Amino acid sequence: MSSGSVAVIDYGMGNLHSVASALRHVGAGEVLVTCDPEAIRAADRVVFPGVGAMRDCMAEIRRLKCDEILAEALVQQHKPVLAICIGMQALMDSSEENDGVPCLGLVPGTVRHFGNPLVAADGERLKVPHMGWNAVDQVREHPLWAGIENGTRFYFVHSYYVHAQDRELVTGALHYGVDADAALARDNLFAVQFHPEKSHTAGLQLLKNFIEWNGKC
Amino acid sequence: MGLAKRIIPCLDVDNGRVVKGVNFVDIRDAGDPVEIAARYNEQGADEITFLDITASHEGRDTTVHTVEQIAENVFIPLTVGGGIRSVQDIRTMLNAGADKVSINTAAIHNPDLVRESAQKFGSQCIVVAIDAKRVDDVDGAPRWEIFTHGGRNPTGIDAVAWAVKMAELGAGEILLTSMDRDGTKNGFDLGVTRAISDAVEIPVIASGGVGNLQHLVDGIAQGGADAVLAASIFHFAEYTIPEAKAFMAARGIEMRL
Repeated sequence: MSSGSVAVIDYGMGNLHSVASALRHVGAGEVLVTCDPEAIRAADRVVFPGVGAMRDCMAEIRRLKCDEILAEALVQQHKPVLAICIGMQALMDSSEENDGVPCLGLVPGTVRHFGNPLVAADGERLKVPHMGWNAVDQVREHPLWAGIENGTRFYFVHSYYVHAQDRELVTGALHYGVDADAALARDNLFAVQFHPEKSHTAGLQLLKNFIEWNGKC
Repeated sequence: MGLAKRIIPCLDVDNGRVVKGVNFVDIRDAGDPVEIAARYNEQGADEITFLDITASHEGRDTTVHTVEQIAENVFIPLTVGGGIRSVQDIRTMLNAGADKVSINTAAIHNPDLVRESAQKFGSQCIVVAIDAKRVDDVDGAPRWEIFTHGGRNPTGIDAVAWAVKMAELGAGEILLTSMDRDGTKNGFDLGVTRAISDAVEIPVIASGGVGNLQHLVDGIAQGGADAVLAASIFHFAEYTIPEAKAFMAARGIEMRL
């Protein structure tokens, strides 16, 4: 499958400029930053990004009906979908953020706080948010890992982390005081906690893999 | 492997030009922030900080344009600071392609800006910059106070207490600059770095005074910083980013190599 067009779902939460420019940089044919259902429906691939607080994100996702259009792309249209950071968290059943927020329930599992204080096995106190470059253990093979060495560092910035119920879905693992899911994959869905658009060459490689991906594991 | 400590080169930009001097061997137009940011990106910098020191209002448009150009070419986190006074200023910089915005003086005049912007844009993109100067108590106990206007104006605010307050209001990170050390090349003020790093849960970036690579190590190993920011040692090509990382890694600091 050629790279075709990519719709970056814009529900008004934060800067999607860098996601779009990184996709263009790796050769995506057409990149639309939009919440228009028709445009998203017509795109070959969908990126579901997000930054900010979960309660506000979910409110906007629902208000703009991005939940319906995302589910359609994922389940009915079977298009390759890449969820990033809050986008990945929003797929789960619920998040502990903002005193508990129900999420989209598209992937069974929860979003948990890193804990305060968070302490490493050697007793070192760990800062929250988990901000910076951490190693991702590629626990399962996947086309989106192509050309990226196992253990490569990606850029993370988050205070909450995903724990998928079905451990078979975990494709990338992260350790920061606790074991957290760095990447999940199911059929045509790939979800990452880190920011590929900010992860230099490894991140760009992952985005390139995504625009060349046929949506099969 | 765990989370790597970060090296952040800083560009001080006035009217679209990098000041404080930059001297890369193979860059002719030494003051172009877009070119310099791209170079640091290639070298493996972990983030880039862009500090706008433009005084004029018109110059701000230049800044936005420069940030846009940097964001087109740099795929690591970009922080923009200097002259950020309102939610609108933050929105403008984020829309231009900044990943984080650093708030300094405005946080002192209006702490609620930190709360409001963290709620609106998320803590992950709100950095509070603290310019601290040592002002010991009468009994000699170390104390640091926040100064504005390049270290000239005291505020009476205790730097450690302020950092704690900013974290409570929703700051995602503290950029701590020692006004005593800035420009001296004598190393970070490790005392205030350690005091603030121990007092807050959020990451702390140490800044001000880096003259050699051992200073970077000290900022993390002794100061407890999560990231180190430097300008002149990299601008003048005294050291490259890979050299700095290799030096730090050889001394037991976890780095992204």
